[in-house]
Amino acid sequence: MSSTGTFPVKRGLAEMMKGGVIMDVVTAEQAKIAEDAGAVAVMALERVPADIRRDGGVARMSDPEMIEGIKAAVTIPVMAKVRIGHFVEAQILQALQVDFIDESEVLTPADEAHHIDKFAFDVPFVCGATNLGEALRRISEGAAMIRSKGEAGTGNVVEAVRHMRSITGDIKRITQADSAELFEWAKNLQAPLPLVQEIAETGKLQVPLFCAGGLATPADAALAMQLGAESVFVGSGIFKSEDPAPRAKAIVEATTHFEDANILAKVSRGLGTPMTGIGMDEINQRYADRGW
Amino acid sequence: MPIEVGDDAPATSGFADLTVGVLALQGAFALHQQRLQALGVEAPLVRTPNDLENLDAIVLPGGESTTMSNLLATSGLFDVLGQRLADGLPVFGTCAGMILCAAEVRDGRSDQRGFDLMDISVTRNGYGRQLESFEADVEVTGLAKPFHALFIRAPFVTRVGDGVEILAELDGSAVLLRQQGCTVAAFHPELTNDTRLHRIFIDSFSAR
Repeated sequence: MSSTGTFPVKRGLAEMMKGGVIMDVVTAEQAKIAEDAGAVAVMALERVPADIRRDGGVARMSDPEMIEGIKAAVTIPVMAKVRIGHFVEAQILQALQVDFIDESEVLTPADEAHHIDKFAFDVPFVCGATNLGEALRRISEGAAMIRSKGEAGTGNVVEAVRHMRSITGDIKRITQADSAELFEWAKNLQAPLPLVQEIAETGKLQVPLFCAGGLATPADAALAMQLGAESVFVGSGIFKSEDPAPRAKAIVEATTHFEDANILAKVSRGLGTPMTGIGMDEINQRYADRGW
Repeated sequence: MPIEVGDDAPATSGFADLTVGVLALQGAFALHQQRLQALGVEAPLVRTPNDLENLDAIVLPGGESTTMSNLLATSGLFDVLGQRLADGLPVFGTCAGMILCAAEVRDGRSDQRGFDLMDISVTRNGYGRQLESFEADVEVTGLAKPFHALFIRAPFVTRVGDGVEILAELDGSAVLLRQQGCTVAAFHPELTNDTRLHRIFIDSFSAR
């Protein structure tokens, strides 16, 4: 007897992506560049977050035709994004046999109160979080991977650092709490008590914790890893830079050798101009505020 | 020596003098390290050629084989590790690690390189995409109870050469194999708490 679509099978794919880089791509050609550079997966979307931010309007799931084009172009897993709460977009992506769905704040939310019931799907989901409470609520809905939200499309790592520190800091504090204090933690985090108790026991989230949102350089990737991320997502940071292919390769190497400053120095050389990026005081829409 | 260990077997400390490295370029290396440590084995992570010193054996974990193949080249590990393996360093390759050990890989990338340690042919992602990934109980030669195995976008063995011993099959296809010092699994023994396959691997090269 074999069973598909179980939670261990979903989390298993997230485990296989550890120590790797997941890259946003908008064309089959970019997907090939990402795979050549050593990406563990690609995120297929119509516009990178920097362009969504520039264009404004409503951002939705990508056209199935472009997702299929990217699936055909590479042998590594293909992810795609759905709007928060838009379970029909998720049904469509599952029918397209994507390998992972990102219920993403980068797209315009479809539901202002509810996230998708991710247990209802056989395909695994990743969700963004700014703090531990959000992460645990997403896990309780069935997410097989958590990523920091950061602030997508800015090329500015400051928000991702804030979210990583918030999540890992609270995990550390929970491991110091006594059993009575865990009830208080669950209440304050608005998270299920059993998940809080499990963290107290293991000192880890129940699913892999990746970092996303504003990473643009090899040093940014290594910073995320040293702060406790188990992998990184790089969105606009690669294909909005002057010379994407060598930068993509350098970020892959930096993610593996994140503790070796000599290797980081070597791979950071001569990569051309990174994406320009924007400061947090220059933006009027914070994607990280989306999600509940 | 046959191994008869149940899930509830206590962790042993009989392997305390052994060092089994875990290739840690990408993938599920941390879980392999935990399983080995549970058996009392030293399990350092291997990321550069220097990390290969003093190893009694090495584990090549699951992950993305294309990514690992790239990083093996850029880290300078490919040639050095390849030589150690050719000289007989015992190796346990799981999923992507199995692909790295196979003589022939189908549906891989043309520039993908491996160590050619076992006379088998494998098809990358041969069981299908993630929606076809599955878990199942597998009967393993030498184990009293089945091993609960997770297959994640797993490689499919299409040909097994004469010198290769099949330790487990699923629906008529080999999923756990051994040839001399090289043991490979199409699935992920590191994803469960069951350390019996790590023990089989360690027993294959250590005289206790």
